[in-house]
Amino acid sequence: MATPLKLKELSKKEVLFNHGHRLCAGCGAPIVVKMVLLAIEQPVVAVSSTGCLEVSSCISTFTSWKIPWMHSAFENAAATLSGLETAYRALRKRGQLEGDIKFVTFCGDGGTYDIGFQSLSGAMERGHDMLYICYDNGAYMNTGIQRSSATPLGANTTTSPAGKVIPGKLQPRKDLTRIMAAHGLPYVAQASPSHWMDLMKKVRKAMEIKGPKFMNILSPCNRGWRSRLDDAIMLSRLAVQTCYWPLYEVEDGKVRLTFKPKEKKPVTEFLKPQGRFKHLFAPGNEGLLEALQRRVDEEWQRLLEESARAQEVKEEEHA
Amino acid sequence: MKSWKELEPGCVILEPGSSEKFKAGGWRAFRPQWIEEHCIQCLFCWLYCPDMAVLVQDGKMVGFDYDFCKGCGVCALECPGKKVQKAIVMQPEGK
Repeated sequence: MATPLKLKELSKKEVLFNHGHRLCAGCGAPIVVKMVLLAIEQPVVAVSSTGCLEVSSCISTFTSWKIPWMHSAFENAAATLSGLETAYRALRKRGQLEGDIKFVTFCGDGGTYDIGFQSLSGAMERGHDMLYICYDNGAYMNTGIQRSSATPLGANTTTSPAGKVIPGKLQPRKDLTRIMAAHGLPYVAQASPSHWMDLMKKVRKAMEIKGPKFMNILSPCNRGWRSRLDDAIMLSRLAVQTCYWPLYEVEDGKVRLTFKPKEKKPVTEFLKPQGRFKHLFAPGNEGLLEALQRRVDEEWQRLLEESARAQEVKEEEHA
Repeated sequence: MKSWKELEPGCVILEPGSSEKFKAGGWRAFRPQWIEEHCIQCLFCWLYCPDMAVLVQDGKMVGFDYDFCKGCGVCALECPGKKVQKAIVMQPEGK
């Protein structure tokens, strides 16, 4: 029987990501990995593309992983994992391997939104039985905070430096969760480590579904976000409460919001503690703040409408 | 440190979780202190610790593993404590 999603019970499980990794103090990525691995009950094989998590969890002869894990290149984590999954199926068919093994990737936003996008799209289209997890910290933090297509509008990074010439990144963030939903996958979800129960439920659900699954998980980065060392969970909570990072899932094309904040906070509450948005609060940049808020509002409205429509369809089907 | 000739073919690491030989706790500038009488055993510190440095026994928090705690303070910030008195407080290292 599956371990109940209670911290007391979960804490008796072995965490399959060991300490001694060299991720920065207060990093969000190991929290995400820990939660995902705690939620999965079956034996699991993982792949990571190049990124913070990969370089810090596997240095020289040290590995933090207690599961079979493989480092692929930056662009092909999904392709590598689909190969592993195919080999597993072939071995099972020949009767050389038994048991139910799950396949998961842990990749950053650079290796997912940008560089690894072709292999991700391909693996999903081919329909491999795997879960692709993107821990989204919103830039190439590993190499020194360069902008990625996951970086939000107006964010100060080393390749979109805020100053006299430009006010941070000029382009809005790419909505990858929506792009993956457009692939017509059986399961796509967005989660945040601050809402751990929601995150673990989504991982468990994904494990039950056969076929390609995608999850986008917010992962605060205090170095890149220029925030305090201790606010990883607080910031991810604010991201959810301001609807900057709405928690939802798309199952067979039907959108369902898994968390509706009682009171939707203004997006500035999420931006203010982060130094990468400091310049947006200076006079002259009000337009960018408005644009950010407008984008969040539009996306939230769209999700509300889509989830209401999915609910109606469900009720009609049952009637 | 092994030379390249001693490495496994394909740079495979055969020992799972071997990073525990690297004591990353040396990076710490602030030290979390656990005050047991304020602790309600919610285990959020264990769940949110990025360094797997909160020691738990039989579903109860029993202290910190200072070999691996990097002193980020996520546990202290998220600690609900008892009657607003936090069960985890951060102190400068060496005091």
